[in-house]
Amino acid sequence: MTAISDRRQLAYVASQAAEARVNLELETEGMTLNIGPQHPATHGTLRIVAQLDGEQVIQAEPIMGYMHRGYEKLTEVRTYPQVTTLVNRIDWLGSFANEVPFILACEQLMDIEAPPRAQHIRTILHEMARMAHVTLFLGDLGVQLGAITPVFYAFRDREHILNQIESATGGRFHPNFDRIGGVKDDLPAGWIAESKQAVRKIRDFCNTIEDLLFGNEIFQARTRGIGVIPADIGLSYGLSGANIRASGVDWDLRRDNPNGLAYDKVDWKVWTHPDGDSFARSWVRLQEVREACNIVEQLLDTLPKGPIMAKVPRIIKVPEGEAYVSTENPLGEMGYYVVSKGGLTPFRVKIRTASFNNMSITPWVLKGTYVPDVITILASLYFILGDIDR
Amino acid sequence: MDPYLLDGVDFGDVVLSVAKAILAFVICLVATMFMVWFERKVVSRLQNRIGPNTSGPFGILQTLMDGIKLFFKEDNIPKEADPFVFRLAPYLSLIPAFLTFTLIPLGGDFNNGNDGAVTVFGRETFLQVADPPVGILFFLAMSSLGIYGIMLAGWASGSKYPLLGSVRASAQAISYEAALGLSLAAVVLVTGGLSMNSIVMQQAGEGFGGIIPNFNIIVTGFIPFAVFLIAGTAELNRPPFDLVEAEQELVGGFHTEYSGIRFALFFLAEFMNTVTMAAIIVTLFFGGPAGPAFLGSTLGWLTGMFWFLLKLLVFLFAFVWFRASLPRFRYDQLMSLGWKLLIPLSLGWLLVLAGIRVARNGDLGIADSAFGDTLIVIGVAFAILLIGMYVLRSAMTNARRDRLIAAGFNPREVN
Repeated sequence: MTAISDRRQLAYVASQAAEARVNLELETEGMTLNIGPQHPATHGTLRIVAQLDGEQVIQAEPIMGYMHRGYEKLTEVRTYPQVTTLVNRIDWLGSFANEVPFILACEQLMDIEAPPRAQHIRTILHEMARMAHVTLFLGDLGVQLGAITPVFYAFRDREHILNQIESATGGRFHPNFDRIGGVKDDLPAGWIAESKQAVRKIRDFCNTIEDLLFGNEIFQARTRGIGVIPADIGLSYGLSGANIRASGVDWDLRRDNPNGLAYDKVDWKVWTHPDGDSFARSWVRLQEVREACNIVEQLLDTLPKGPIMAKVPRIIKVPEGEAYVSTENPLGEMGYYVVSKGGLTPFRVKIRTASFNNMSITPWVLKGTYVPDVITILASLYFILGDIDR
Repeated sequence: MDPYLLDGVDFGDVVLSVAKAILAFVICLVATMFMVWFERKVVSRLQNRIGPNTSGPFGILQTLMDGIKLFFKEDNIPKEADPFVFRLAPYLSLIPAFLTFTLIPLGGDFNNGNDGAVTVFGRETFLQVADPPVGILFFLAMSSLGIYGIMLAGWASGSKYPLLGSVRASAQAISYEAALGLSLAAVVLVTGGLSMNSIVMQQAGEGFGGIIPNFNIIVTGFIPFAVFLIAGTAELNRPPFDLVEAEQELVGGFHTEYSGIRFALFFLAEFMNTVTMAAIIVTLFFGGPAGPAFLGSTLGWLTGMFWFLLKLLVFLFAFVWFRASLPRFRYDQLMSLGWKLLIPLSLGWLLVLAGIRVARNGDLGIADSAFGDTLIVIGVAFAILLIGMYVLRSAMTNARRDRLIAAGFNPREVN
């Protein structure tokens, strides 16, 4: 912990030095730079208003809401099974992972437990969503740093996983596969062997990216010591997922709270990194893809036989009550707070998305950095705009 | 000087000069078009894509198509822009790129002590548009002038991202020009002349043991070449030094506000500069049209052109390769690489080279033999290197400690 607080001091030194310089030197007029909402680096419509002194950021403020679609409100006029179609679109890269916490919350309210086979399939698809998601992150990281090659490799190898998701669920991006009490269909014939092939491809991709990007000296110079988030600051801003694990906090909902998912049946490891900088965040994500490969391979081997649906009434009415269930999604903790009045539709749904909280730290972490680092830090914090604005 | 200009200038000489200029212009344009296609094709293959494949065989006419498209696009000048400078900037960027190309010896027979002159219409001439005695200085002048185009484009756009781009461009140019010049000085020192033709001639002979060619990359000891390649890439604003137009940071950098044919001119200038820089590297360090001596001149004066194009292609590929595989530097990292590594390195190497030359000529006279003198020079250089490294390191440590104390921290605690 001492090492981290030292780093925090360093970050403070940097930001204060920046301020001191601005005050003392020349008193030139600063420049306000709008990074976004239409900027190549914000992949979406995030807008960051940055006060610049030369290329140094004095103050940065993220402005969101350009893509607000009102899903929380929309869920109130959908029946429970219809909601999964909506929430698929929140974090569009890891769609299946969006469905899981909502379904789990409903199951908790209805006091249903999915059969083991369904739980396994859910977990497999959850991890596949993570693989597809973070694979693209690893490629995109290169793009944000000016190396365009990795993203094409990422697109190529993500395709293998997307094909598997498609053949199991029927949808590449929006599976809409999770049901209250189980999953929609059983796995198609031959899927397990194909999935193992696909997982192997992702492993290869991880090795390629590690050679191509993580070992590169320019990459390290651009990410090491940049955007350092100490653990306590990160926790106070509500960071989750790989972002907080990269600050040395050993906290993973998959291990700590595996409700309704089969994570406790496999042998895996939660990766953390003590540094808390951009490199650590990227590195932890890289390791998590590898770990996801591990989890999927083990689950594929131990897939139990049996039904894929629990006994669920034809017309789903959730009894009165409220539940909050969160899972460890590719971007971090994603949770649904579902309030039911006993009707066909939820009374109120509050969606806790990871990106929203992960973005909230930007004013703190961007202070005193350079414009190129703004891009690196944003890329390494990894947000999906739909996940911020939902 | 070109041999045909030595004995006065008559009408035929003028015609020949004009013909050569036009020919070089066409070659330069075709090479640029080829380079655009080549870059897109190669980078596509490296990135698991197909690349242009529709217009013409292997998509080779894609550049032409893009040019036609850009030509007919609307030419938009922003309201905030300074119209005159805004219009001027693309030409400032393009014309120096053209002018530098005139210096390159494109071919000719340099074997067996020939000076590379060929006979055209009864006149002896070099296969280069001009061979001014200041040769290499002209290249430096033009490459610094080209930066003005980028700088003024960013400034005149009246927009923030281009402004940041142009600030970066000027800083980058200043710091990398120095390293470029110093590594060139090593070549000039070895050659003893500034003209491109004399540089090529000097490299044409057989080198060490009759197998290795006498190329400057070996004669100057690789380091000037490495510095020149890095500084040259930075001068071109190509990845990993493409801070000026860093797409992810500055949208389009200096050309964000440009559209249509004005943008096309910038684009053309950038690729033309790439071709020219590759040609300059080939000429300065790899003997230009002078091939490895053992092959002789089987193809006559085409041999030179063959070798030249082959070497050129290698460097063009290298530039594309850089782009496909390297992330971009940050602004301050670029500066510190330039000032703290490249400039001291090339300056020190130049001094060592000079010292070794003096010692080998036996002019130093410290030890009994020239060989002993050379050893002394190398030893002294090594000692100075070690001392310099120690001084630099302690200076950096001290500066860091001072900064921390000034910011109110105990440097022993903050590590």
